[in-house]
Amino acid sequence: MKRRAIHCALLACALLQSAMAWAQLKIDITRGVTDPVPVALVPFARAIPADGGLDIAAVVQKDLESSGRFRALDRAAMPSQPSRAADVNAASWRAQRTDYVVVGRVVTGTTDNVQLQFELVNVLTGQVLLNDAVTVPQSAVRAGAHRVADRIFEKITGFRGAFATRIAYVSVDGAPPNQRYQLWVADADGENYRVATQSSQPIMSPAWSADGEWLAYVSFENRVSAIFVQRVRTGERRQVSARRGVNGAPAFSPDGRRLALTLSGGNGNLDVYVLDLTSQALTRITEDPAIDTEPAWSVDGQTLYFTSDRGGGPQIYSAPAQSGARARRITFGSSYTARPRVSPDGKMLAVVTQDSSGFRVGVVDLASGQITALSRGGLDESPSFAPNGAALIYAGRDRGQSVLAMVSVDGTVSSRLKADQGEVREPVWGPFLN
Amino acid sequence: MKQKSLILMAALALLVAACGPKRVEEKPAETATQVPAATESSGAQSAGVATVDTSAGSTSQGALGPDGPLGSQRVIYFDFDSSEIRSEYIDVIAAHGRFLAGNANLRVRLEGHTDERGSREYNIGLGEQRAQTVKRALALQGVQDAQIATVSYGEERPAAAGSDENAYSKNRRVEIVYIN
Repeated sequence: MKRRAIHCALLACALLQSAMAWAQLKIDITRGVTDPVPVALVPFARAIPADGGLDIAAVVQKDLESSGRFRALDRAAMPSQPSRAADVNAASWRAQRTDYVVVGRVVTGTTDNVQLQFELVNVLTGQVLLNDAVTVPQSAVRAGAHRVADRIFEKITGFRGAFATRIAYVSVDGAPPNQRYQLWVADADGENYRVATQSSQPIMSPAWSADGEWLAYVSFENRVSAIFVQRVRTGERRQVSARRGVNGAPAFSPDGRRLALTLSGGNGNLDVYVLDLTSQALTRITEDPAIDTEPAWSVDGQTLYFTSDRGGGPQIYSAPAQSGARARRITFGSSYTARPRVSPDGKMLAVVTQDSSGFRVGVVDLASGQITALSRGGLDESPSFAPNGAALIYAGRDRGQSVLAMVSVDGTVSSRLKADQGEVREPVWGPFLN
Repeated sequence: MKQKSLILMAALALLVAACGPKRVEEKPAETATQVPAATESSGAQSAGVATVDTSAGSTSQGALGPDGPLGSQRVIYFDFDSSEIRSEYIDVIAAHGRFLAGNANLRVRLEGHTDERGSREYNIGLGEQRAQTVKRALALQGVQDAQIATVSYGEERPAAAGSDENAYSKNRRVEIVYIN
């Protein structure tokens, strides 16, 4: 049980799969747990062409293995390929040193729906732990497979899976000054990638709305910085702030009604504001000659965390989101801590912090103020929490190449994605999809 | 590049020093010999202020042309994490300032940049501070607020690729861009 608890504490729930190209990205697990859980994913039985031919078990297998916590049994080593728990001979599977077996069936449902029926068997005890089904439209069978992976993951580890989620990130190719900037949205496993917007001018600071319907970002397409919001599903976009000076660091409030942002006005002094997206009312949060930027909302929408160098170098501060009451300093341990992002449970911040290794990403425990650096360091930046709070995705450099990388919040599992071409940066992990 | 800028600065300084209060035609820079920047700086400061002639057609040649003293010295470089103007750039900025002050129809955009280290939006702030510092220096010469626009690109538009100090030093900059 203690071993299980350690497994559970370690989870990463990485989205990306070990050998698969991912929107021009390839992922390697650089560090996994020392004793991954052995599991067998038996190919699902299906009535062709109900599921369009997608190998459901393969998608589930890649999701589980990409977390660094599971090791899947080779199909060639499977003693049989049943599709029902009743047909699973536990002893024959134990002989293959597997602890769990997943079997399933793809069934055509009503109208255009497809039902993924599956069972999870503990072959050590013979117990059927799950007998469940996911129903999806035919066009979304892959998303259904990810939800199957989520349920298996949660049943075994005790933690919610985050395989049915999305990521956005920015890529840049071309040499200065002729660069092309693109904002991408992809599934958690790298499939279904597409360009959300692109420009010859910089795009930066993408941010998801809490419902996953919108992305806010900064674009210099009009030669100065402006903030846009874009509906992910349709691509429809509108400019929400193009005030004189800097327009930066947009962040949707948890209820989606407000946007925290950075403005400088004409005098170049960056401060944090809140914009009501409906009424257009603008509330000033900081009023300070220092650089105040990178606001992030608390889970209850009452507090903003932000970066300020009013104390000399960049540190994290907090202030009430309703008005510009006095800001409170949060971080003290390093000479440079910036770019806060709030964990899904509201208890931690992801940050960039500088130490002798260079710039690293890490977490701040809000109760104690303690900063724990998690990544190896150098030029790490832009951390974003997985929606289950178990891992951070971030950007860094490895031997001169830009990479996106993932590290679990307990630091035990890490993986790296390299771009085949161009630079990748500013990954943001979207919310759970319901 | 550094050598060329020394020559240009020397030329600029000579131009300013030699002319006293009278209006003069600007001259091409290449006639000057290379002189240590520090000496020329102090020389220029002790001389009187001169304005460079700007007849209407001269903006694309002459002072602002590629060989002109203002045209080729348009990038101001900065130290790490600093928006302070280094002494070697004081005269250049002052020359742009006098030129703009004497030609109120001209406008510039000051584009602020940083190297890649640190957080991106914070670097937007640093780039903006650098642009604002140059703007204040121009205002000291009498340039009107309406003549100066600022924009910060932070680390987003580097001049030089690479993650070493050589690239970083080329990226920490403000570019003075004449926009009309």
